This record gives sequence, structure tokens and C-alpha cells, in this order.
Amino acid sequence: MTKRKVLLAVNGRGHEVWVTPSDSLLDILHDELGLAEVRYGCGEGVCGTCTVLLDGEPVNGCLMLAVQAEGHQVTTMLGLMGADGSMHPLQACFLRRGASQCGFCTPGMVLTAFDLVRRGRRPTREEIRYALIGSLCRCTGYTKIIDAIEEYAALAGSQGAPDGVTR
Amino acid sequence: MVSAPFDYVAVHSYDDAVQQLAHFGDEAVIIAGGQSLVPMLNLRLARPSVLIDINGADLREPVIEGEVLRLPAMTRHRILMEHPLVRQYCPLLADAVRHVGNVRVRNRGTIGGSLAHADPTGEISSCALVLDAQAVVRSPDGERIVPVRELFVTYLTTALEHPEVITDVLVRVTRPRQGWSFHEMVRRTSDFAIVAVAAWIRLDERADVVAAAHVALAGVAGRVVLAAPELVAELIGIAPDEVTLAHVAAGIARSADPSSDVHASGDYRRRLVQVLSARALRDAFDKARGETA
Repeated sequence: MTKRKVLLAVNGRGHEVWVTPSDSLLDILHDELGLAEVRYGCGEGVCGTCTVLLDGEPVNGCLMLAVQAEGHQVTTMLGLMGADGSMHPLQACFLRRGASQCGFCTPGMVLTAFDLVRRGRRPTREEIRYALIGSLCRCTGYTKIIDAIEEYAALAGSQGAPDGVTR
Repeated sequence: MVSAPFDYVAVHSYDDAVQQLAHFGDEAVIIAGGQSLVPMLNLRLARPSVLIDINGADLREPVIEGEVLRLPAMTRHRILMEHPLVRQYCPLLADAVRHVGNVRVRNRGTIGGSLAHADPTGEISSCALVLDAQAVVRSPDGERIVPVRELFVTYLTTALEHPEVITDVLVRVTRPRQGWSFHEMVRRTSDFAIVAVAAWIRLDERADVVAAAHVALAGVAGRVVLAAPELVAELIGIAPDEVTLAHVAAGIARSADPSSDVHASGDYRRRLVQVLSARALRDAFDKARGETA
């Protein structure tokens, strides 16, 4: 199939990329733009390692076509971090709580948690668990991940809303 | 896994969508949320030559039109879960959609896509069935209404003709003295249901007795199915006790002939139909009564 040029807005920057219609957003972000934190896990939308925010909402990078992302703001975990590479407070919570062991699931977990807390409520542990359905961790275990998100929610609640995402 | 190559057309209206469908023939498929279609492409269970993307074709929101809740086909699952009109006027859908996929799937998946996909374990499909919803279907020749009870033919197959597209789903609003319930059994939350049961009950206007009852089953056949009216006829005109509910649920279970697969045996599925039907009918009846309190 012929390639076409699309303009992708990723983490606040525009990228012109040539894609075939069947290229997934995940393929392009990872392979073409070198965003290693967007990861191939299952290719079926079940595991959460390719999670990105599309206009601020978590979606499966593996189940979106790159051509479909044109005209939308895409945010990866890198987009949450400071321009100087400093950690987002949510990442700091993950670090402090030991919520990231091998790290493969971490970007998806972080983006999913970011969306949950951004929605403005102080989620209960049960609500955190519900939000993490479909974000699979195979080594750390979920307890510390939930601890980290709970801590961040408390932090964000006491400091007002966290940073906007579509910068 | 990587999909086979295909071409891609984004359309900005349903009229454009059906024209493109007609133009490309039956090698073309519509992509809405893509949360079932794209996994099938990635696993090469589907190999269409062209995807026609309707994500830009419909930016409408749910609206109330008299006694009907009109849900645009592109209504995402998250909207079903959170929209105040859906929560108030079709609480069954708002509740059942919590069982669909995960947060990412619900952000993209749509009600029209769920119905058109016709998964026999579909939560939304079984709710649409029990609610007697209607699909508004567009083709180059115009529009027609397809009752959801006539929509599902078999596994991943609907009564839609090529080139037709679902544009709206119409649901009668849930009123006081009506009750609903959705129960499902899954190995892990967000998996395909092993069995799901949706129940809907309307009480008599004057007494707390059942005037109408419907039960829909998912995971027991090649399509979601509605329990035959005679199976729930025993409930009409009474306030059912546990013995009656158990009897009705056993009858519904006997009517189902689920097959065995790697997830569950047919016998276990039939047992689930019995247990979940009794629970769902009890919940629906209690909700219907509770509305009046």
C-alpha cells in the first residue's frame, strides 16, 4: 500500500512521518520516533504497555492506526516529564514506593494513573484497581503500584490539579 | 503480530461512509473504535482490503427524544458509563459497560461497533437485546430501523446488508417501576464473558407484581439470545419468591445449549445461566420495587 505523510503531534512537538495505513500508532511512536517507553506487549489491547494519551485519554497504541492520530494530541510518559528530563511527581511516587521493578509496564501504569487522578477525585484503592484492569504487571506485583498511585493522588489532591497534559 | 496490508479512507459523514462501502465492495469494512476489529486484523482473523474510518463522521452526543434515548453509533463506552442522560435513562447500559474491556478499550470502543461486531459474549449486545433497542441503519438507498432482536444472526454476523452502517441506537428510557440487572462470570475482570445475563422487569402500575420480564443471555450460543417469553411467563402477575425465581431460572438454563470450549464446559455454562438468571431477575425485581419507595 502506498505510504502517506501524516503530521503527528506528540508530546507537544509536530512530527511529519510517512506511514502505510496499516502501521499502528505504536509502530510509529516506537520505531520511527524512537519513543522507547511505548512498548509492544500483546498487540490486542489487553496488557497496557503501549498505552498513550490521545487528547488526554488513555488508549491502546497497538489498536490505533497511526493515520488515525492525525489531528490529535498524543502524549507518552516522556510528555509528563519536565523539559530538563526531571521526573513527574507520579514517577517519583513509583520510585519511592518501589513500584517499578523491570519497568516494562511502568509507562502504561503511569499514564493510566495520571488519567485517573487528573479526573479530579481522590480514588479509593478499589477504584485504582478498577482503573488498572488491563494494565498487566508480571514482576513487581500490584500492591506497590497501588501504593504509589494512592500516594500521588493524596499529593495531587493537596497541591491542586497536576500539570495539564497537552503541552 | 502485524496485520496484512490494507488501504484506508477517512470519511466525514455516514452518507460518505456508505458510498465508500458501496464503491469498494464487500472487501471493505467500517472501522469505528477498532477495539475488536484491530485485534482481529493483528491476528489476521480478518483481512479486509480497505478500512473506512467513521471516527470523523459523527460528533453527536446522546439525546432524549420523548420516551427514547438516542445514542449516536459512535458513542464511546466511556460516555455510556459517565453521561448523565445514559445514567439516568438507561442505567442498565451504564452499569453493564463497566464490564467491557479496560479503560483504554472503553475510551475508543463504540456502541454501534459493539452491535455490528456481534460478539456472542457481548455485554452491550445482550443489554440492547433485553432493552428491545433499535438500530438505525443507513445505506445509499436511505435509512431503515432494525430491531436489535432481529440484528444478530450468528457468530460475528449481523442481518446488516452490504453497504449498510449503523448510525444510531434507540433505547426506550427506563422509568420508575422498571428494574434491570446485569451479571456476568469471567475468569479475570475484562475478559470475554463465560456467561452473562441481562434482565429487565416492568411492574404493574398498581400492584408490586411483574407486568413484563425479559432475560438475555450471552456466551451460550453463536449469538446473544433472548430467553423465550414462555420461559418467564410464570413471573407475570406475581411478586416472585425465591422458589419461583429458581424454577424460572432452571427453565431458562434448560433452554440453553451452550457448547464446551477451552474456557468452560457446556454444563458449567448452563449452570451459570441458572445461577445468574435467578440473581439478575431478583435484582431487577427489587430495583423495580425500590424505585417506588
